[in-house]
Amino acid sequence: MKITQGTFSFLPDLTDEQIAKQVDYALARGWAVSVEYTDDPHPRNIYWEMWGMPMFDLADAAGVLAEIRACRVAQPDCYVKVNAFDSTRGFETMRMSFMVHRPKVEAKFRLRREESAGRLVRYTLERA
Amino acid sequence: MSESIDLRAELRDSGVAEVLDELDRDLVGLVPVKTRIREIASLLVVERARAALGVAGSKPSLHMCFTGNPGTGKTTVAMRMATILHRLGHVRKGHLVAVTRDDLVGQYIGHTAPKTRDVLKRAMGGVLFIDEAYYLYRPENERDYGQEAIEILMQVMENQREDLVVIFAGYKDRMDTFFRSNPGLGSRVAHNIDFPDYSVAELEVIAGKMVTALGLQLSDGARQALAQYLTLRRAQPNFANARSLRNALDRARLRQARRLLETGRVDSGMLVTLEAEDFLASRVFAGATTQPRSEEAPC
Repeated sequence: MKITQGTFSFLPDLTDEQIAKQVDYALARGWAVSVEYTDDPHPRNIYWEMWGMPMFDLADAAGVLAEIRACRVAQPDCYVKVNAFDSTRGFETMRMSFMVHRPKVEAKFRLRREESAGRLVRYTLERA
Repeated sequence: MSESIDLRAELRDSGVAEVLDELDRDLVGLVPVKTRIREIASLLVVERARAALGVAGSKPSLHMCFTGNPGTGKTTVAMRMATILHRLGHVRKGHLVAVTRDDLVGQYIGHTAPKTRDVLKRAMGGVLFIDEAYYLYRPENERDYGQEAIEILMQVMENQREDLVVIFAGYKDRMDTFFRSNPGLGSRVAHNIDFPDYSVAELEVIAGKMVTALGLQLSDGARQALAQYLTLRRAQPNFANARSLRNALDRARLRQARRLLETGRVDSGMLVTLEAEDFLASRVFAGATTQPRSEEAPC
């Protein structure tokens, strides 16, 4: 199952050229771009590992792309995403976050059904 | 090949001709520098025309080394260079990141690589200007982290040539030693541009521009005094060309302010005019007869 998350999740995987354009867009708006990776792509897992510090004061996407490539090489079996943080007052949050790498063998999830009090049924997403 | 390209139009349309003319107009003297920059600009225009006609060629390596005494305009020219390279499409963004040893070299093991990479990332798409680059290499301490910074720099200069242009700057003799002891780096720097010292006449023209920029003017007496001052100051140690000149003007402004306060009532002409006495009060004139103390820059 292809796992998708964040911005552009409905699109096919972006090529490096497309990633560079998106990063340029973020940098042009003064957002700080960072790279993160994880082996646990559960949608509720918001704590991905940071690949280095967020990159401030960049002018060009080449620096971010170099980090993405380095991260892919070092963590080939992980999911890698790029975040763009907007520090403008009122936003102070991620404005963009998209996946740039996925492992060859993707993580599998299954839906678990649980009987509860009465005839209540709870569902939860579980790593298979 | 039947297609043809008008190179002059190419130069004009890219907006580079403008920058080059500005360079000629704003920068006094520096003839060898201007010639070299024109050559580089021409090369890039021709290169672009080649690409437009589909003649394959790799991007030329444009890493440069600016050598010259302090105050000869290395940083100023580097900034113009970034604009020129951007207009000609050699770099994507055209900003200038100016750094020194402190920005590249870390303080403990493992600190240098991330620091250097961080600077390189910031410079990508533009020009990295390393001032006094020879401080990166300290042969007296073999465990110095500068070597690590040089190695990372070299790697990026070679592999990501299309992402950034590196300009090294510093005194001529020390730069030569630096490149001799780091041959790998020296061989990657294609252009050596030497900035000559300004003559007194050139410095006077520069002084005129600086004074105008400050909204002031020089009286005829002041002009003569300044010329005298420059002749004397130039022969003394620690002369930093245009920078010394700017300092001299700043001090003349101080003296003028004091003089005006002592006068009491002033008119607008007096407020904007620097007089000869503002310059003649300088210690340089006193030092013309007695030797100035060497550890202290004469004012």
